Amino acid sequence: MSAPLLAVENIGRRFGGFVALEGVTAAFEPNRVTAIIGPNGAGKSTFFNLLSGVLAPSAGTIRFKGRDITGTPQHRFVHLGIARSYQITNIFPELSVHENVRVAAQAFRARYDIWRPREAMSELDAKADAALAAVGLIGRRATTAKFLAHGQQRALEIAIALVADPELLLLDEPTAGMGPEETRDMVALLEKLAADRTVLLVEHKMKMILGLSDRILVLHHGRLIADGDPRHIQSDPEVRRVYLGQNDGYA
Amino acid sequence: MTASVHSVAQVMAGPAGRRGWRARLAAWRVPLSILVLCLLPWVLPSQALAVNVLIYGLVAVGYNLLFGYTGMLSFGHAAFFGAGAYAAGLGIGQLGLPWYAAIPFGMLVGGALAFVVGLLSIRTRGIYFSMVTLALAQLVYYTALQATSLTGGENGLRGFTVARIELFGWPVDFLDPIKKYYVLMAFAAAALWFVSRVLGSPFGAVIEAIRENETRARACGYDVERSKVIAFTLSGLVCALAGTLFALHLAIVPLDTLSIQTSGMIVMMTLLGGAGSFFGPFIGALAFLLMEDVVALWTPHWQIVVGTVFILFVLFLPKGIWGTALAWRAGR
Repeated sequence: MSAPLLAVENIGRRFGGFVALEGVTAAFEPNRVTAIIGPNGAGKSTFFNLLSGVLAPSAGTIRFKGRDITGTPQHRFVHLGIARSYQITNIFPELSVHENVRVAAQAFRARYDIWRPREAMSELDAKADAALAAVGLIGRRATTAKFLAHGQQRALEIAIALVADPELLLLDEPTAGMGPEETRDMVALLEKLAADRTVLLVEHKMKMILGLSDRILVLHHGRLIADGDPRHIQSDPEVRRVYLGQNDGYA
Repeated sequence: MTASVHSVAQVMAGPAGRRGWRARLAAWRVPLSILVLCLLPWVLPSQALAVNVLIYGLVAVGYNLLFGYTGMLSFGHAAFFGAGAYAAGLGIGQLGLPWYAAIPFGMLVGGALAFVVGLLSIRTRGIYFSMVTLALAQLVYYTALQATSLTGGENGLRGFTVARIELFGWPVDFLDPIKKYYVLMAFAAAALWFVSRVLGSPFGAVIEAIRENETRARACGYDVERSKVIAFTLSGLVCALAGTLFALHLAIVPLDTLSIQTSGMIVMMTLLGGAGSFFGPFIGALAFLLMEDVVALWTPHWQIVVGTVFILFVLFLPKGIWGTALAWRAGR
């Protein structure tokens, strides 16, 4: 077993009196795909927000590559090597597809430079186009992002995350709101990404998760109730009771 | 089949073609602006109007950096305009600074004030941000009103008339309106060039990203708060420069310079011309002041007319004069 890329120890988050997440401990090895599932309100989004610095945990520690990163400001995370997508599409709507990804690439090059012309950094254009090609959006590079179809906007968001060349990619329901065809494209993209990256994934579409992930974590009422490979999770009676059995649509 | 291929080709060529003339316009925006500013005193009904368009246009340009490009609606930018004006006047009258040193001095004071106001106000968002900037600007206003011995209170700041300046060894009569206009214009032109550089820089891309989607900008690795404070300070610096030019122009600083009406006028000019565009603020200032000039000829209640036009713009042409023209040209 190789050293974990990410390790969380006993992390939790409270909002006032409400416990959104409590006592979650898990370690994630490099180059594996882990899915996080659970009914609505199980704490999946909170878990993701803690892992991406959107929220600071109210308890526990987060280690990335052995280093304690608990409480690091959110904008530092992508520089550490952790990038994410959001459950609700989160792009720069009025910018072109290319500019969306270019500005993400620029964060590693120039953040406060008020003087040099933007065009001088032509390597950013190449990086942005490479990320767009990887998600199949290169043909739409000049389009204003808000005019893209929903599935393409989701793909754009993944390109924005990818251009950072993250070691850990957090994807919050990448196929949310997609039809079957768009979902199929996205799954193909995720399979490609999963080949050489560490991916954490929140998803509802069970069939997709079973095919894609090496490991599944199940959250329920803010607690981790199961952790194992897909086959193990499918047969776990506790999981079946709280999640799988509830709605045949998921299974 | 051929027809549909053809139309696809047209669609593909469309945005590229539009980008072509837009890029050319953007590349020439500073020389073009300077050309128009040079002509202004000769095409407008009065030279007094030209100098007002120059100064208020520059304030609006500075404000647009924050409002149009970073997406932050400040209601207190009169504070930086006024601080620049008061500091320049006090620098000349009290500290005995020469006029050319009073300009950077005014910018320093106005910029420092903007930095502090920025630090305090960016903790809030939306309407709360607007209210904090408004409240802090009112604080500056009442300070100027109360500190009578320094600022002249209600009477405004006086006693720093610059009648004659030396320009590279040449004496220039600063009471001659047209000569004064071109001296002040040189500073405004430099500021326009500076703003154009900032907008075209990597930081310009960052503030636009923040305007578009703050959450995403943060996730992309940008320190949103720090970037906002920088944008706020740069914006305040440009407005403070306009204030120093205003002081040099009028040779007094009316207390009104710091008032909430001035802040409101800056917002109106920017919106009228088109927030988030390079030429918009100047066009807005021109339209606003022209309307004031013309309407004031037949009624003292010119604000009613200008206000109505403003409301109509906000309701029906929210992109302003220039933004609408651009969209119309692009849509053809």
